[in-house]
Amino acid sequence: MENQDIPPKIDSTVPVIDIRDLYKSFDDLEVLKGVDLTVYKGENVVVLGRSGSGKSVLIKILVGLLKPDKGDVRVLGQKVDMLEEKELNALRLRIGFSFQSSALYDSMNIRQNLEFPLKMNRKNISRKEINRAVEEVLNAVGLEDKVDQMPAELSGGQRKRIGIARTLILKPEIMLYDEPTAGLDPITSFEINNLINQMQLKYNTSSIIITHDLTCAKETGDRVGMFVEGKFTKVGKFEDVFDTNDEHVKGFYNYNFIQ
Amino acid sequence: MINTTTKKHLISKTLDEFFLSVNNAFRFVIQYFKQVLIPPFHFSEIINQCFEIGLRALPLITLTGFIVGVVFTKQSRPPLEDFGATSWLPSLIGIAVVKAMGPLVTALICAGKVGSGIGAELGSMKVTEQIDAMEVSAINPFKYLVVTRVTAAIITIPILSFYCIVVGLIGSFINIHAEEATSFIAFYKNAFSTLNFLDLFTSVIKSVVFGFTIGIVGTYKGFNASQGTRGVGKAANEAVVMAMFLIFMEEMLIVQVSNWMRSM
Repeated sequence: MENQDIPPKIDSTVPVIDIRDLYKSFDDLEVLKGVDLTVYKGENVVVLGRSGSGKSVLIKILVGLLKPDKGDVRVLGQKVDMLEEKELNALRLRIGFSFQSSALYDSMNIRQNLEFPLKMNRKNISRKEINRAVEEVLNAVGLEDKVDQMPAELSGGQRKRIGIARTLILKPEIMLYDEPTAGLDPITSFEINNLINQMQLKYNTSSIIITHDLTCAKETGDRVGMFVEGKFTKVGKFEDVFDTNDEHVKGFYNYNFIQ
Repeated sequence: MINTTTKKHLISKTLDEFFLSVNNAFRFVIQYFKQVLIPPFHFSEIINQCFEIGLRALPLITLTGFIVGVVFTKQSRPPLEDFGATSWLPSLIGIAVVKAMGPLVTALICAGKVGSGIGAELGSMKVTEQIDAMEVSAINPFKYLVVTRVTAAIITIPILSFYCIVVGLIGSFINIHAEEATSFIAFYKNAFSTLNFLDLFTSVIKSVVFGFTIGIVGTYKGFNASQGTRGVGKAANEAVVMAMFLIFMEEMLIVQVSNWMRSM
């Protein structure tokens, strides 16, 4: 079920992600049970749901880290599970993936972390261009002074920001955020939410934000999808999604801290 | 009490898992040989890994190689004295150190020091999603992490074996020189008098095979780590145990083949 109540600022004629009837199981455990979702250009869609409900599996399928069992998954017009390695890598360069654990490379300092995807993917890039790109993304996340530090020296929030900066350096058209505010204090969460909104405005990215944090959902989502038992119960404006008698949705809302 | 059906189920599950892991390991090895020939070659990362491996193992190899040379000489002297054949001591040491001890000691030390390090490093990268992060940035993690480390191990371990042989012979020479005031030239000539090209060639081949084994087992265990930090420890431990087991098996096999070639 998908509510097509798209906010007016979004171009609802250009779908960048289109998921139809998606199924995925791990051995006997059925995780995704017929997921349908469309994300339009410039839109932030939040996927809300309990831990272990399969939200992360959904976005891992979008970048080809996992293969779907059944269903149609199109990203920027391409059917992800049918792509050859070269085509998939070309598509991946247009998608930014911010991991729950930040996934910064421990053995590299912040500059090296940021330079790494650029150096590996743009063979003829000059040192000057690399420095400019590093400076720009660090400026965007507000951590210019951390450039020579190691990931272990940063706080959880700073690591998240650098993780986002690392994905931004390749100038993606789509951002996938996996639990961007998990484990962070409310102030840092607020800063991360602002950062997500700034990225949307500055780079005109479309995003899927996986979270179980209602504040994050309310502040960053143009639309919100409630993910229960492997599929969406409703996708729409935040207020509309929670205006329901569904006990799973109400329960999720009531247990969260904003009521 | 486990009933017969449960026992059968457990046995079949264990066998399934065993054959599945053998199949996965085989595919991992095949993938290495496929990817090593395809650009990009990441030469700077290979050189970086060569230094990592070399520096990690060098102090221990120096110490162990020297001690092996000294101890083997000390232990071999009394039986040779009984037969009045102490002049054969350098030759005996030459055969033992060049043909067996040098490559084997180096490989065992590297399995413990380097193999576990690679297993733990890649295991940690796997459980903290760093390998996934490479993949979604369109970087081939197998090529960047596995191919570079295995290739570096293949290059570095023969060099370390040669170094271990040199240090072992120096240890042996010091011991012999202290007892009999033999010159280094005489010791050197005697030590290599009974060795031929096949012996030296076998020693190099052994080191190359051991290097490949240490690299591939360490990377395979690390790349397939799971279950969080417990999985990292398990990967490091299994990398050492499996590599040591395979090194002994390969040693036996290569000695058999070289003896067969000698008798031809």
